[in-house]
Amino acid sequence: MDIKEKIHQTVTGNGVVLYMKGSPQFPQCGFSSRAVQILNACGVKNFTSVDVLADSEVRQGIKDYSNWPTVPQLYIAGEFVGGSDIMTEMFQNGELQKQLEPILNGA
Amino acid sequence: MNILAEIEQRLQVLGPEQIEVIDDSAKHHGHEGAKSGGGHFRLRIVASCFSGLTALSRHRLVYDALGSLMRREIHAISIDASAPDPQDNSHLYQE
Repeated sequence: MDIKEKIHQTVTGNGVVLYMKGSPQFPQCGFSSRAVQILNACGVKNFTSVDVLADSEVRQGIKDYSNWPTVPQLYIAGEFVGGSDIMTEMFQNGELQKQLEPILNGA
Repeated sequence: MNILAEIEQRLQVLGPEQIEVIDDSAKHHGHEGAKSGGGHFRLRIVASCFSGLTALSRHRLVYDALGSLMRREIHAISIDASAPDPQDNSHLYQE
């Protein structure tokens, strides 16, 4: 299975997926840390996190998959949402909570 | 040309009414993600081409304009991209 297919399976097979640097407990980057905090603030207790620092193939592959040059990257129900700036903006205007609602209620 | 000037020049393609680029690299010196050598920046840009676009689309326009700088020179950039009138985007977030 190539890397693109592997990423596709991960983001479509899980409700909320965060590609980040480090782990939710020990983020290795301020932007990744902020992304985790926002998901927590939205009440998302269980999300799938992928540490891109642990796998250089994923680190590059995720940028190619979404055509987005930076990490963290958030996916909800298989759809690319954005990085931490976009998460912040969408959290502040309530759009992120709305997009997470079906996942939180259904899973 | 220094990197701040280069960033500003590349973003001219978006026709910005306001643009401000801050180099935050010193704050991130030595952390894991900074090892590749690229800098950390903060960008605030106001341009009418952002009008009516989602945040995702606005950020994509900025990344596209920065192009190859994102591969090496820029390690991370915090983006605040808006249209001249903030009301322009409001309809996207209403029921």
